[in-house]
Amino acid sequence: MGDSTASSSSVSIPPVFEHILHVPENPMHVMNLAYDKDTSPVKLNLGMGVYRTEDGKPLVLNVLRQAEQLLINDLSRPKEYLPVTGLTEFNELSAKLIFGEDSLAIKEKRVTTVQCLSGGGSLLVGAEFLSRHYHQVHTLAYLPMFAYASNQLDLTFYVALQKIIYVPQPTFGLHPILFSAVGLSVKTYRYYDPTKRELNFQGLLEDLDSAPSGAIVLLHACAHNPTGADPTSEQWEQIRELIRSKRLLPFFDSAYQASTGKLTTPLDVDAESVRMFAADGGESVVAQSYSKNMGLYGERIGALSFVCRTADVASRVGSQLKLVIRPMYSNPPIHGASIVAAILSDRALYNEWTIELKATADRIISMRKQLFDALQARGTPGDWSHILAQVGMFTYSGLDSEQVTFMTKEYHIYIPSDGRINMAGLSTKAVPHLADAIHAAVTKFSF
Amino acid sequence: MASRAILQSRQGISVISGARWMSSWWKNVEPAPKDPILGVTEAFLADPSPNKVNVGVGAYRDDNGKPVVLACVREAERRIAGNMKMEYLPMGGSVKMVEETLKLAYGENSDLLKDKRIAAVQALSGTGACRLFADYQKRFKPESQIYIPVPTWANHHNIWRDAQVPQRTFHYYHPATRGLDFASLMDDIKNAPNGSFFLLHACAHNPTGVDPSEEQWREISHQFKVKGHFAFFDMAYQGFASGDPERDAKAIRIFLEDGHLIGCAQSYAKNMGLYGQRVGCLSVVCEDEKQAVAVKSQLQQLARPMYSNPPVHGALIVSTILGDPELKNLWLKEVKMMADRIIGMRIALRENLEKLGSPLSWEHITNQIGMFCYSGMTPEQVDRLASNFHIYMTRNGRISMAGVTTGNVGYLANAIHEVTKSV
Repeated sequence: MGDSTASSSSVSIPPVFEHILHVPENPMHVMNLAYDKDTSPVKLNLGMGVYRTEDGKPLVLNVLRQAEQLLINDLSRPKEYLPVTGLTEFNELSAKLIFGEDSLAIKEKRVTTVQCLSGGGSLLVGAEFLSRHYHQVHTLAYLPMFAYASNQLDLTFYVALQKIIYVPQPTFGLHPILFSAVGLSVKTYRYYDPTKRELNFQGLLEDLDSAPSGAIVLLHACAHNPTGADPTSEQWEQIRELIRSKRLLPFFDSAYQASTGKLTTPLDVDAESVRMFAADGGESVVAQSYSKNMGLYGERIGALSFVCRTADVASRVGSQLKLVIRPMYSNPPIHGASIVAAILSDRALYNEWTIELKATADRIISMRKQLFDALQARGTPGDWSHILAQVGMFTYSGLDSEQVTFMTKEYHIYIPSDGRINMAGLSTKAVPHLADAIHAAVTKFSF
Repeated sequence: MASRAILQSRQGISVISGARWMSSWWKNVEPAPKDPILGVTEAFLADPSPNKVNVGVGAYRDDNGKPVVLACVREAERRIAGNMKMEYLPMGGSVKMVEETLKLAYGENSDLLKDKRIAAVQALSGTGACRLFADYQKRFKPESQIYIPVPTWANHHNIWRDAQVPQRTFHYYHPATRGLDFASLMDDIKNAPNGSFFLLHACAHNPTGVDPSEEQWREISHQFKVKGHFAFFDMAYQGFASGDPERDAKAIRIFLEDGHLIGCAQSYAKNMGLYGQRVGCLSVVCEDEKQAVAVKSQLQQLARPMYSNPPVHGALIVSTILGDPELKNLWLKEVKMMADRIIGMRIALRENLEKLGSPLSWEHITNQIGMFCYSGMTPEQVDRLASNFHIYMTRNGRISMAGVTTGNVGYLANAIHEVTKSV
């Protein structure tokens, strides 16, 4: 290290980072590489959550092409740094998208929204803010005397804000990594019942009920990743009541708004859970991603919102969020935000977007039906109705890692070891092959 | 429970209820202090005066005071639109962009590149690159500190603070001469414990515009070797110092010749005008390819909670331009043109002040290099420039020369003269 012509008085320059070990590759990345290397003509990549066309090509929404053209031709668009909090128009439109055009919280200026780097970046900035500001003991304002008086005091009166976040079991792989990185303590709450292949609602209620007051709770707004099992409206209402009574702070991850294909107003339906909390006067944190529902994966575009008690609080929170962001990357990237703003602000583009999304979601629902039917036709053992019941991009198949390994080896099907299948990556042509693979795996290694 | 019952009877309010009566989680959150640099532009925008001048933020303007999109960038964007590479980049970012970017810093024919000894990832412009390095330094050299020049870009302090790396400072700017305090700088290098980490501005120091000469850089590099120090270069203005990116990388090349294993943050915000795209690169020179692979994997790991993978658009623009010889040549011409315009404005501002009969010396305006002129004005004088003349700059007296035009240089000189003549 260094050349030997160093003067005799030099301290030998020690290699500073020689002790560094290689980080094992991200399993999804390893899987993608293996898929790329695979020469089989029937190989299928059903791992990463990206939308594909019937031909297996990346799906690019038409509205995106149009929006990009608009931007190219618009010589007046901003060319320099965005503000630290991002593109203002984008922030306002994003807030309306998730909280609703008529949101009282927005009208009362109780919502502060900042542009962030997709869902992950929004979660991170939100979590970092919580890590810094969410630790004071929060006594009920009219009870300080009471609080110190008795050592038999029920801790209900002391809402010590815990830097603990509860995430559902299972959840998106990055969640625990991300929250730990900013110093939050990560615990889990029961979410999925693997034997019944549905939401474990009782377990969820019990675990949140026994969480310490003041803990943070991560909630998937809709289309839970990886299980696709969502609470019903009634169940959401119960969750809301419990969270409010326990003084837990709800932190929503909304990555799939309008992608679930539910009913005729998916944008509203998919935001129902978030809006329920925003409407009850309490506080919440919401991370939005446009990776999937606008196909802007690579542009890293998302938004973080804090719903606060008052406009003054919202303003202060907004100012502190800037202090988190500036030493991370100064200000967010402009391109994705400009595209989103162009689409959301133009009636025609917006409508076209919702139509395209519905078509995308319908295609997935059709894939679900086709896969289900194909398994029925083969007499594959087991109950596969969860394929139809689950919501969003993924099927949490219930296949175990042994079965998955078999399917990869013998059938060239690439899915992660938890058995999550990206339905958006399927095509009508490919369904029979996938069904064959599942059938073979299940009959060879019974459940 | 007993205490709950007491609460209910005293207050007549149920403890377990909906959220309405709860006070805010955030009532103890203080409003954040305004950012000194960004606050300037806010004040400028709020000013209704038709004569207002913004020489605050370091963003290039043409001679009409308008932001510029480089022709090479426009062309690159045209070519990219319709390609629609919207899907995720790999975690380390665009490989092509990183390769081309390393050539700029390390030289096209660098052995380090050939031997694959550089761990490098795409970063969120210069800020993102610095922050990623700071986090990396914290994780793998937790006992280390960072030596930061006085003065420096304000956000440097925020970055290393948020990464929880303790900071020290070293002498850099000499207010009396408005030049480099070379003797004190060398003393600080000598007195720092062996193996200290130093932040160096590769060229066009921000905010002072004061750069070491080539000879001084050689001495600094030598002393770094003697002490076993680590050099981290922040290069945000390559091309803006002399107009020639190769020349502007001289300091880095000197250190590399001396065998230092440096770290480097690069940004395309200014020299490609890609401010809002947030595209840059962090590199760390390693002993060998194996180490570089390991270090790169750790950098990716550190970046993962922050953004998983970096934004694609800006990276595509860069790799399109640098990967096409014609576009690259166009870019080099445009960078030279920007640098030349700034040099022209330096000359004009100085001449104007001298013509006005200013009692002070304004040599430093043309001695200093890059986008900024560290005028030497006091905060009070800066405030008067704003209130009396509607001229906006940061309170440290830093003038962004990129905001000076033939149209406003006379007005600016006159205003500066007015607030400084009775010193």
